[in-house]
Amino acid sequence: MPLLEVDNLKTWFHTRNGVVRAVDGVSFSVEKGQTVGIVGESGSGKSVTCYSLLGLIPMPPGRIEGGRAMFDGQDLLKLSEKQLAAIRGKRISMIFQDPMTSLNPFLRISTQLTEPLRIHEGLSKSNALEKAIAEMDAVGIPDPAKRIHSYPHEFSGGMRQRVMIAMAMITRPEILIADEPTTALDVTIQRQVLDLIKTRQEELGSAVIFITHDLAVVSEVCDFVNVMYAGRLVERAPVRDLFADPRHAYTRALQASIPALQTKGEKLYTIPGRPPDLRKEIAGCAFAPRCETETRDQCLTDRRPELTEITPGHWVQDCPGCLGPLKK
Amino acid sequence: MLRYLASRIFQGFLVLFALYTITFFLVKAMPGDPFTGEKNIPEDVKRNMREQSGLNDPLFVQYLNYPKEVLLKGSFNYSIKKRRPVVEIIAQAFPASFVLGISALIFAVMLAIPIGVISALRKNSWVDYSGMAIAMVGICVPSFVIGPLLQIGIATRVPILKIAGWDSPIDIVLPAITLGLATAAYLARLTRGGMLEILSQDYIRTARAKGLSTGRIMIVHALRGGLIPSVAFIGPAFATLISGSFIVESIFQVPGMGQHFVNAIVDRDEFLVLGLALFYGFLVVIMNLVADLLVGFLNPRVRIAELDG
Repeated sequence: MPLLEVDNLKTWFHTRNGVVRAVDGVSFSVEKGQTVGIVGESGSGKSVTCYSLLGLIPMPPGRIEGGRAMFDGQDLLKLSEKQLAAIRGKRISMIFQDPMTSLNPFLRISTQLTEPLRIHEGLSKSNALEKAIAEMDAVGIPDPAKRIHSYPHEFSGGMRQRVMIAMAMITRPEILIADEPTTALDVTIQRQVLDLIKTRQEELGSAVIFITHDLAVVSEVCDFVNVMYAGRLVERAPVRDLFADPRHAYTRALQASIPALQTKGEKLYTIPGRPPDLRKEIAGCAFAPRCETETRDQCLTDRRPELTEITPGHWVQDCPGCLGPLKK
Repeated sequence: MLRYLASRIFQGFLVLFALYTITFFLVKAMPGDPFTGEKNIPEDVKRNMREQSGLNDPLFVQYLNYPKEVLLKGSFNYSIKKRRPVVEIIAQAFPASFVLGISALIFAVMLAIPIGVISALRKNSWVDYSGMAIAMVGICVPSFVIGPLLQIGIATRVPILKIAGWDSPIDIVLPAITLGLATAAYLARLTRGGMLEILSQDYIRTARAKGLSTGRIMIVHALRGGLIPSVAFIGPAFATLISGSFIVESIFQVPGMGQHFVNAIVDRDEFLVLGLALFYGFLVVIMNLVADLLVGFLNPRVRIAELDG
């Protein structure tokens, strides 16, 4: 049985300008200790998917319209705020994109780092502090016994992200949700942070849900990848299959956009157009307007494409237009 | 820290000197002099009286004489009309205004901070709308309307409350409410705005993701940052409250400083006007400094800047 099983999750935002179907029927699962990637452009709904699981969607305007998220026999989407709070930061924790704004500038690191231990495990102040210093040491912050009494602004971006990781891992969560944890960092620091997440994950045996738009990162850290477009999954496969045999036109286009895989000196490939307006209900294939296959005129218009399993574990949307060969 | 304080105190002196200069020339620009109203006094007697108060000296000499007296002798001169030292007049009237002002501030803070915090927490709910509607009324309705309304509506019905007067501690209640209401209204809106700003920050989302309760998020994570605009406002507002309100003190017969502000100008009582203006300016400067130090205490990033500067 998977550790977390998300089934047909729908999160819509009821705004003044209409209903935005940010997440519209997403299913995926996470096994114990596994790293699962959710990949997609900005606005594809990858962050909203994860925020929905922990009840972090601002409601209103957000609303979970349907679906299930089974975690240890409980449906996360049906839990009361109090029950959810006992899981958040204890069994499922989260780190965020921008470490510069995700730590409270008014509070010392010690206060923020010991908080999860104090509220979830009821540790005394001195015990929590001791554990927090050990955790800071584990994430590679030098001189932790002294630095723990600093304020966030006294740390660099990379160090702050280390503090965020320490804060998320300090309760030994079963799942860590990492929402673009390296996007806001320098390229040199990105590698260190990725390695750190990997190390801590292995030490604690946690599963990681890795949200990113960077396929290169996915190929390095993930075991399984979900590709998201316009609020739905277009393809999901073990990482090896996805990179060896990408089927959906969007996945192939994303891969073609990785600069390192392109011929030197040539103009960088970009996917034409922009993601669709999610306020309008999309009747057929959402990717059709940007699709660059030879068969693009066969894209579905009368029904929404469904995920189908083509080889064991490799699922792709059954839109005939998006599965054809790319135009040269 | 000491260097910062020293530079702030020096700045305060400059501000007070600028205030003195403006007030001095404004007073001189007013038509007439302190003796204009006294019809029965012969012209040559008036001239003698002017001479005695130094009002016949050239303008520039007068402009320099006053600060010299203040700085060298600590003398703020005499009230020309009341024939008493300015310091004595302020010392006599200030306690009542101070007590009234501090009560008004306590009332405003106790009322406004909870309303602002709850309004921010329940944004766009009926609690928020009614809280902010009352705050709007508090800002719009002047104290000369609220004062009489309280006198008629409450003082006539509650036996222990008097319509006006300043004898027992309970007499503070109605004027303090009247005086504090406008401050409370501003403060409620500032607190709501400050809290909303903070509650939309990423680190509040982090706090929620850590599984903290709403109460703990508000108290530990949001309040410090959310109250900064309010604290910055309370400083100067406090100076205004304790320096006396002519309207409120007149309505409730409080023997405070408010009457002097108005009468001194009507009488063209130059030295009293200057003394009062400088006293009020002094309070504003001090309270601003206190407010800034408090903001530094609340916000560690400001604290560092102050220490370095």
